[in-house]
Amino acid sequence: MGFLERVLGRGEPSSSGAVAKERLRLVLSHDRSNISPALLETLKDEIVTVISRHVPIDAEGVEVNFSQNARETRLVADIPLSTKRKRRKR
Amino acid sequence: MAARVVTVTSGKGGVGKTTMVANLAIALAVRGQRVVTIDADVGLRNLDVLLGLENRIVYDLVDVIEGRCRLRQALVRDKRLSELFLLPAAQTRDKSAVQPEDMVQVCDSLREQHDFVLIDSPAGIEQGFRYAVAPADEILIVTNPEVAAVRDADRIIGLVEAEEQGPTRLIINRIKPDMVRRGEMLAVADVVELLAIDLIGIVPEDQAILVAANRGQPLAFSSDSSSAGRSFHNIARRLLGEDVPFLPLREPGVLERLFRFVRSEGD
Repeated sequence: MGFLERVLGRGEPSSSGAVAKERLRLVLSHDRSNISPALLETLKDEIVTVISRHVPIDAEGVEVNFSQNARETRLVADIPLSTKRKRRKR
Repeated sequence: MAARVVTVTSGKGGVGKTTMVANLAIALAVRGQRVVTIDADVGLRNLDVLLGLENRIVYDLVDVIEGRCRLRQALVRDKRLSELFLLPAAQTRDKSAVQPEDMVQVCDSLREQHDFVLIDSPAGIEQGFRYAVAPADEILIVTNPEVAAVRDADRIIGLVEAEEQGPTRLIINRIKPDMVRRGEMLAVADVVELLAIDLIGIVPEDQAILVAANRGQPLAFSSDSSSAGRSFHNIARRLLGEDVPFLPLREPGVLERLFRFVRSEGD
């Protein structure tokens, strides 16, 4: 931490307090939804399978995560469609 | 007049529930409220020693429930504040001796003669927690700014919500402002954001708490002597509906200290 930041009382983004907050955010999402990290992986794999059956998607880029709004937890899936342009690149 | 039944709980042990109950009871009684505290931690009685009433116990909660005495006989009156009472826990029994309906019944009998019934819940999410929250009109959740305590508090909030009890408000206990300033401790705003419930109090870490426990003379008896003591009184005032701003907890920063130094040099 630089002198100026110390004077201004700002912690580093990777300070242990910030790490605690990020870890808790994830743990609480799993606890509240009763969805373990392993189950989340399974969900992701099955979503990829189901959607690929109908539309071509970029399976590597699929992300399934929690989103919190107050005490409401949502499962948010981000599924990139594989475009022709992308396919040509490969 | 019907008393408000307020249960203080936490999930995790050792976060300061009993200290909170002792001090809130005193802060409320000082303000003329008629208060009964109930130690619901059957088998691990402690509220009596924190209040300094351990030598005056004759009967306990389980004696009342099992009909060995009348409720009035089991209440220990605090000689320092005539409207403060303790209903002690049994020490030689366990939590299976109390059912949620028993606690509802005991609290209902206390409602008419008092303004507040404060229940000190046992740690955990089992039977003891269940019967401690059963009669509650309001629930205060005590947590510390550390990962295990916050996680357990979240579990408790979930259980209370599932039972459709509450309202539930949060007390963050044992904040160390200098550690927060260095970024080495979760800040109040972080904990409130993570748990997403209303905040009713912030209590800084204070060595005077231990001294008070040693003597059986809770800090709230002398409100001006310590920052934790003031915090307890502020929570009591908020419980009574007053709009009290939260104490600034930040330790003075380097610049502030420099300014103060310069200013004091000028005096």
